[in-house]
Amino acid sequence: MTDISQTPATAPAAKPKNGSLFEKDARTKRRNAAEGRFKMYGIAAIGIGLLMLIVLVTNIVTAGLGAFQQSFIELNVELREDKLDKKGNRNIEDIKKVSTFGYAPLIASALENEVAELGIQTDLSPKDMGKILSKAAQAELRNYVISNPNEIGKTVSFRFLVNSRVDGYMKGRVTRESIANDKSITTEQLDFVDQLRDAGVLYKAFNPAFIFGADASDQRPEAAGIGVSMLGSLFMMFVVLVLALPIGVAASIYLEEFAPQNRLTDIIEVNISNLAAVPSIVFGILGLAVFINYMHLPTSAPLVGGLVLTLMTLPTIIISTRASLKAVPPSIRDAALGVGASKMQAVFHHVLPLAAPGILTGTIIGLAQALGETAPLLLIGMVGFIASNPPDGIVAGFLSPNSAMPAQIYEWSKRADPAFYERAWGGIIILLIFLVTMNTIAVLLRRRFERRW
Amino acid sequence: MNDMTRLERTVDSKEIKIAANNVQVYYGDTHAIKDVDVEIEDKTVTAFIGPSGCGKSTFLRCLNRMNDTIDICRVQGDILLDGEDIYDKRVDPVQLRAKVGMVFQKPNPFPKSIYDNVAYGPRIHGLAKNKAELDEIVEKSLRRGAIWDEVKDRLDAPGTGLSGGQQQRLCIARAVATEPEVLLMDEPCSALDPIATAQVEELIDELRSRYSVVIVTHSMQQAARVSQKTAFFHLGNLVEFGETGQIFTNPEDPRTESYITGRIG
Repeated sequence: MTDISQTPATAPAAKPKNGSLFEKDARTKRRNAAEGRFKMYGIAAIGIGLLMLIVLVTNIVTAGLGAFQQSFIELNVELREDKLDKKGNRNIEDIKKVSTFGYAPLIASALENEVAELGIQTDLSPKDMGKILSKAAQAELRNYVISNPNEIGKTVSFRFLVNSRVDGYMKGRVTRESIANDKSITTEQLDFVDQLRDAGVLYKAFNPAFIFGADASDQRPEAAGIGVSMLGSLFMMFVVLVLALPIGVAASIYLEEFAPQNRLTDIIEVNISNLAAVPSIVFGILGLAVFINYMHLPTSAPLVGGLVLTLMTLPTIIISTRASLKAVPPSIRDAALGVGASKMQAVFHHVLPLAAPGILTGTIIGLAQALGETAPLLLIGMVGFIASNPPDGIVAGFLSPNSAMPAQIYEWSKRADPAFYERAWGGIIILLIFLVTMNTIAVLLRRRFERRW
Repeated sequence: MNDMTRLERTVDSKEIKIAANNVQVYYGDTHAIKDVDVEIEDKTVTAFIGPSGCGKSTFLRCLNRMNDTIDICRVQGDILLDGEDIYDKRVDPVQLRAKVGMVFQKPNPFPKSIYDNVAYGPRIHGLAKNKAELDEIVEKSLRRGAIWDEVKDRLDAPGTGLSGGQQQRLCIARAVATEPEVLLMDEPCSALDPIATAQVEELIDELRSRYSVVIVTHSMQQAARVSQKTAFFHLGNLVEFGETGQIFTNPEDPRTESYITGRIG
């Protein structure tokens, strides 16, 4: 004690025996460097991932947003009685006898009137002028007249779709140079379009028909919409939900809570994991063989699609359900059994409510997976089918041929007209909105109910 | 409640509630319980003591067939409750567990309200005809669990929000709500602090007037404080079984003596 107090202040401080803590030794430096490097790798990996995501999203959005807008032309069409209802008695059967071709002259004369009214000078023949309109315009007019026969004889203002080339020109996809070898549109027609646009008759606007409408044939890409295949997807998802959730949950509860641990259950367990990894096209061919060839269910029907996707989703639901059942602490089961609850009461009153958020999350993720699945649908004929009308009622929704969103996107991306390409990207945006919504719900459910015990 | 008063206490001979004869328990190939004979009296606290892994919890779980939930566990021998073999084929373990309640080592209230925790047992066994009766059972059970005064104003609060000691007393209340005849307690105080332990021990002493209580404990002091009979287990054998006073002052077996004096275990 006295020694220390008498140590002169100028004397060098006693050196720490194994090196100073203020200096890093070589080993520590190496370790710190390795840690720093690893952090950099991590940040780089996340950066690459984020960059990819940004590229992907911007790409999808720039390529697909165009599909939500469409060019329209506004025309006042005189619904001439002498063309549409010669007898003049407004009999709906007689009116229906006039085919779509019968409406062509009405539109042509409406366009001619419009041109004359606006004072547009053009060398185009009335027929070539009419070609800037969509082929869907006549059908649209006919549908309107059939549902409103009392309007015959009046002049009604319509907003018609224009041809996909004209639409492409309005969106900048088609230029005067790019149509050099294009037989379906000429530079004169583009000049005419310019004049109509300047006059404010031809303009771009939001197109709800893309979201709610039906697919259209190869000649009318401007009229194609994803709505009907969206319905197809919804009917399929309904089938998947109704079948896969109860079957999957019942199977998992039995396997997890009741089944004895033996070789048979081990084999079942391994095979469920294997099934989850089976390529989806295998389920498609299985569905084709069993549901269509053997059971003779209708081809292209959402019911069959739903059955196939159920097979595909079941392993996902079973695995996630078993995981969330396993996560419930055994003390809860003991507590229930200890007060004299039967095994089933213990499971249904106590274990299942605690596992429910996990089960729901797994189910939603399974459904999202099924929603985005294309390959199995190729084999049961839900691709390439053009549904021109929404299904007529619930039963028809399940049984009549339809497509599904991803199949529709695939179909559009196959078609030659670049206007379909734009629609494929637009469809991807809609599909992604669905998937992101579903996954968000899954995350929210998990957050909301996690760890209540 | 010091140890000395316990020692002088007289133990009346009472009727036998549970009689175990020649009980063997196997976990797969492991012989966990060897040849255990024990007689548990009614309205008595019986303590099982012994070092870790000696089989006392395993044996306790045989008494209400909780071991049935473990696939690889096999039980041989007779365990008679009021003269009826509980491992008989005709016995439904669910019915048995309503008669033989259990409190676990770690407080495990259901993640529900305090009320629902206690009301669950009576509900599934149909002990109450209407809401008023159920309310009455819940209050009575919570009072017997010595927790009524602390929770009477918040019966709708979650049971998991209580402190550890309160949770354990809630679990005891939940166990007595089904009107069991025997109450098994598997180290009920091992997760509790000394104050909560004292409360639970006091409660156990009160429960003795109605039930036959079997308690597994690591703490010899606790066994001495709360029990009238003590069984000492070692390596799966029941080494010694007798009145608590005698076991702690004058054990017959040298192993018991080594354990209670702290030389083994």
